[in-house]
Amino acid sequence: MKTTLKLILWPLLTLFILSCNTNAEKDKTADTITTEKSQEKTGQAFIDDKSALPNALKLAMGSEDHTTLVAAVQAAEVENALVNVGPLTVFAPTNNAFEKIDQNTLNDLLKPENKSQLALILTNHVAPSNYPIEMLVKNAEKNRKLYMASGEYLEVTNVNGDLLVGGTKIVATVKVSNGWVHIVDDVILPKN
Amino acid sequence: MKTIKNIILVISTVGLIYSCGNNNGGKSGAMASNNAEKVYVAPGEHDEYYAFMSGGYSGNVTVYGLPSGRMFKEIPVFSQFPTSGYGYSEETKPMFNTSFGFVPWGDAHHPDISQTNGELDGRWLFINENNTPRIARISLTTFETEEIIEIPNSAGNHASSFVTENTEYIVAGTRFAVPNPQKDMPISDMKGEFKGPLTFIAIDDEGHMKIDFQLNMPGFNYDLAHPGRNKSHGWFFFTSYNTEEANTLLEVNASQNDKDYVVAVNWKMLSEYVANGGGEKVAGTYAHNVYNEKTHSATSTMMEGVISIDPRKVEGAVYYIPIPKSPHGIDVDPSGEYIVGSGKLSTDLSIYSFTKIQQAIANKDFEGDAYGIPVLNYENTLTGVVTQAGLGPLHTEFDGRGNAYTTFFISSEVVKWKLETWEVLDRLPTYYSVGHLMIPGGNSRTPDAKYMVAMNKITKDRYLPTGPELEHSAQLYDITSDKMELIYDFPTHGEPHYAAGIAASKIKDNVKKYYDLEDNDHPYVAKSESETKVVRNGNEVHVYMTMIRSHFAPDNIEGIKVGDKVYFHITNLEQDFDVPHGFAMIGANTAELLIMPGQTKTSTWEPKREGVWPFYCTDFCSALHQEMQGYVRVSAKNSNTELKWSLDEE
Repeated sequence: MKTTLKLILWPLLTLFILSCNTNAEKDKTADTITTEKSQEKTGQAFIDDKSALPNALKLAMGSEDHTTLVAAVQAAEVENALVNVGPLTVFAPTNNAFEKIDQNTLNDLLKPENKSQLALILTNHVAPSNYPIEMLVKNAEKNRKLYMASGEYLEVTNVNGDLLVGGTKIVATVKVSNGWVHIVDDVILPKN
Repeated sequence: MKTIKNIILVISTVGLIYSCGNNNGGKSGAMASNNAEKVYVAPGEHDEYYAFMSGGYSGNVTVYGLPSGRMFKEIPVFSQFPTSGYGYSEETKPMFNTSFGFVPWGDAHHPDISQTNGELDGRWLFINENNTPRIARISLTTFETEEIIEIPNSAGNHASSFVTENTEYIVAGTRFAVPNPQKDMPISDMKGEFKGPLTFIAIDDEGHMKIDFQLNMPGFNYDLAHPGRNKSHGWFFFTSYNTEEANTLLEVNASQNDKDYVVAVNWKMLSEYVANGGGEKVAGTYAHNVYNEKTHSATSTMMEGVISIDPRKVEGAVYYIPIPKSPHGIDVDPSGEYIVGSGKLSTDLSIYSFTKIQQAIANKDFEGDAYGIPVLNYENTLTGVVTQAGLGPLHTEFDGRGNAYTTFFISSEVVKWKLETWEVLDRLPTYYSVGHLMIPGGNSRTPDAKYMVAMNKITKDRYLPTGPELEHSAQLYDITSDKMELIYDFPTHGEPHYAAGIAASKIKDNVKKYYDLEDNDHPYVAKSESETKVVRNGNEVHVYMTMIRSHFAPDNIEGIKVGDKVYFHITNLEQDFDVPHGFAMIGANTAELLIMPGQTKTSTWEPKREGVWPFYCTDFCSALHQEMQGYVRVSAKNSNTELKWSLDEE
């Protein structure tokens, strides 16, 4: 399992270095005009940690199934919340999950004026806790809710061996450096 | 489920465009040079503020200057400090005495400066110890720890050591509910059985601490506190979490309740209750350790018993107020009207009104009760909510201009917002994962709000790497204009849980420069070289020694035997600022001593081998420092070597 991960990470790292170089070039030319702007893209999200595993944000950024999620995270500017020391548990909706939402609604959400609404939806997928699968199974058994960063609770249920969070099924799980990412096939909209 | 566990996401080769953006958080060009000017304190000039930063697990306090970020001193408090011999010298060992015996280390948390009429007065700094519950008082004239009091019947003294506005009381809390009195019982029977005493320590005019009473609260985890001030003076507010009373896997089981509680305590009422004979004397053994500046020595007294108050028995004194999501910080604005609670798992801040709290109490507007303590109506005590301000709010400070500043741990930022409108005005990232923040006087009626310091838990790439272990980072923000501006970044020592800042002018002219030799009442002092001597008492040998530039008196000692216990009582005869001398003896199983002018300190040495053994001054005191040395001749246990001592063969 470890070797698989490492194999996957290698191309990532290479690309990472490449993109660093291009950015450095860009920075040079833009040096004189980047005062305000540069501050926005700072924080933990932008450090190369050299940790054994990628963090939740880097994992999502590296996944072709999560390009909509990444776009949404960037539009809402909540990158730093996904790279925090956490621990975090992220329920990451796939592109397919986002496609189930009415496209006009989705496009509206991605507009700058709807940033806080989008942030609320995204934080409804993040729990400020450590929930590996075993813990979620236990939570379902013990009827313990998950408290999400949005301020809402999600219920965990075990339906014939399928684990459902907020009514949506977990289809895959990845350990990340700051917690766990569970892939889900629906966007979990806040109740309020 | 197993298959699910093993599935790994296919990671594509989408570029990590954002992975290496600008990471320095600063600004370039003209702005940056302006910032450099703001923090530049020219050689020989003094900083405008002192900042006393908690050293966290170092057990100590560090003293910094603001805006320069220069560290001036580490004040040893709860941890032995070989640099000066604190906790190793005979005089300071009693400072570490507790009901558990000698405890050489502590986890220092929240420093707070004494106040008069709601303003910082610069007399003392108090700081709490979380692990073996204690509170220390540091003199701000000598910058030395003068007193440590243990808190009995308690565990995890985190909600501490905040000072009321005339330094009437400081408080101690119980973060880890425990049986009270302690007893052997199953952990799983915790619910309803454990207690969370809140301790009120009265401060007298000399700063001395005395446990006045303990409020025996239900066994929740009492986390942080702040006194009311101005209009809410006379009240104290605490946060509590784990109202679930879980005893295992708290990260899950203590996050089940939608709301936990703020505790509002009318301490004036309780103080009168106790003064009139209220409360019950219960068991509780604790050490009270006091350092005397005249004898340069500490004494430790074991105390027995405290007055315990059942909160249900004093009507009108203790209330719970619901607060969302495992609250951490509770902060009171300079007017005393607004009490800001930070649910650390929430995205919102809850602001309560003191006026509304009083109304709810008058109207008996209760939602119910918890273990017989009335719970005030949440909606009717709340006056505002700062919504979706960030993720993981922890602590708030105020600028006295109607603004508040809150740290958000998870989203790693400081958010500036406006009191009364509750609107977010500005936000800036911190580097990284900020815990506390500090504005000088931010915890008083009159904040001195030029700078704000953010204290971060995570350092990562801020400085040159130093292996896996990094010092924590602090960031200095200029908060004089509408927008906060990050102007400087410096490492701190240990883990700074909070800091206390004060205008340097309130302290620097009162600082002691040396101890008057005439006032030295140490039992083993030698006030001149003519008073030096060596006295044998069985196998104990007491050396009355002096030091001055650049020799010890005596510097030759003979007649010491293997198996003796030698006490070097050393007095620094200098009477000038900044002329300490050090003392070190080869093979001594203790630390060096650093002795200030006019001071006496004692080091012990148990020679194990015959021979002639040197001692020397460790502090480069003078041009002839290298000559400042001496010898002790050690003879066999049964030898007849005569006890004698000399300086220059006299």
